[in-house]
Amino acid sequence: MIKLVGVEKTLGGQPVLQGIDLSIPVGKLTTIIGGSGSGKSVLLKHMIGLMQPDRGEVWVGDIEISRLSGTPLNNVRKQFAMLFQGAALFDSLSVFENVAFPLREKLRMKGPEVGRRVEEKLEEVGLAGMGHKFPAELSGGMRKRAGLARALVMEPEIILFDEPTTGLDPLMAKSIHDLIVTTHRRLGFTAVMVSHEIPEIFGISDWVAMLRKGKITLMATAAEFQRTTDPEIQEFISVGGTVALPGSLVG
Amino acid sequence: MTNVIGQLGAWAVMRIQEMGRMLLFVLSAFAWLMRPPFRFHQIMKQLHFIGYRSTFVVVLTAGFTGMVLALQGYYSLRKFGSEGLLGSAVALSMIRELGPVLAALMVTARAGSAMTAEIGIMRITEQIDALDTMAINPRQYLIAPKLVAGILGVPLLVAIFDVVGIYGGSLVGVDLLGVSEGAYWNSVESAVEWKDVYGGILKSVCFGLIVSWVCCYKGFYTRQSAEGLGSATTEAVVLSSVLILVGDYVLTSVLL
Repeated sequence: MIKLVGVEKTLGGQPVLQGIDLSIPVGKLTTIIGGSGSGKSVLLKHMIGLMQPDRGEVWVGDIEISRLSGTPLNNVRKQFAMLFQGAALFDSLSVFENVAFPLREKLRMKGPEVGRRVEEKLEEVGLAGMGHKFPAELSGGMRKRAGLARALVMEPEIILFDEPTTGLDPLMAKSIHDLIVTTHRRLGFTAVMVSHEIPEIFGISDWVAMLRKGKITLMATAAEFQRTTDPEIQEFISVGGTVALPGSLVG
Repeated sequence: MTNVIGQLGAWAVMRIQEMGRMLLFVLSAFAWLMRPPFRFHQIMKQLHFIGYRSTFVVVLTAGFTGMVLALQGYYSLRKFGSEGLLGSAVALSMIRELGPVLAALMVTARAGSAMTAEIGIMRITEQIDALDTMAINPRQYLIAPKLVAGILGVPLLVAIFDVVGIYGGSLVGVDLLGVSEGAYWNSVESAVEWKDVYGGILKSVCFGLIVSWVCCYKGFYTRQSAEGLGSATTEAVVLSSVLILVGDYVLTSVLL
């Protein structure tokens, strides 16, 4: 459904993406991992047209979106929802109004149906009864949940997750991961997640792709990925899953 | 030497590119304004923020401006035995120049800086990107209502400014300095013509557009940092103020 072909992008004089070839499987949860500053979020933003590549193509279905703008691009975006790193809730709106926002603005929905769907989504993400609160009154984890509710309320075909658990404590991060997995299995959307959370992502992802030096160096199922013999990838995923004890030597 | 010329050239090119980007920004916002859905509720909300909530500061400024104008004007006119013309001096100054310029500057300081900060924070926290991902054009949802509110709200505030300023002038001139009340209001009525009023309205419409355009633009293209937001807010207020003053001169020379 989403396919990147030879995508290159330079930002501030620095080459970030240097020939990305990537196909995202339909209906699966694909996680993109890589070092800090490797361009994971930049790659994600190309998929929804928030950034345009300097070279290459971005396909969503059978539509090439890299040169689209305005109404044609908005028509493609109707398939998408995105959970941003900071949730990107609208500060001046309550949680209820944030989750209702796409229903009112895109579907022009009014009346009790809006309330019903919003309350249903808030309950699914564990925020029942919190609709009256404003984003500033919420913890980081609650903001992510509200952002997820807003992403889910339109029942999109594709959801992009930009580091959904960054900045959260391990328990909260696990609960967010569980929520993503549960809703993905129930609704069957195509999910693309950017994450640092190794080794947790291997337990929740169907496919894992490694972004290194501006290219996808490996894409495989979660199980196959962990069995790779590439020494740099092995070092990356083993360091991510290792806890250093006082006085012990790692590696 | 070549390096200096090169740097100057690069600076000039950057400024011209920015001017072009600003023009495209406002044109695209107006283009999206014409397309449904028409966001009347957003426009009214912005009109309340830019117009109604600036009323107090505009009234305060107008009152004291009228009063000090009357104070200064009285002693100048008295030298020529023309204290009776105080009303026309205050009214024409207010309606032609001080009303549009000072009201627009007050709106810039209060509402303009707030607009830049609001949109800038939305940019930094990816709320504008979130609108894009929901297939809602940020120019249509965020920017166009503010432009309309600026164009509608500032002239209304200028009208309030003019009235309050002229009354402030009468407070000082008539009640404090002893100018005849009849003479004051007669001179206001005889001096002020329709061309003075529509000239003031035209200026206020232009200034309203300048304030909302510049402040929205600076917020929309804020750099992703706290320092970037601070710079954007400062630049928005300074640029709006300078353009109001420059625009005042240009419009005055055209209208006269």
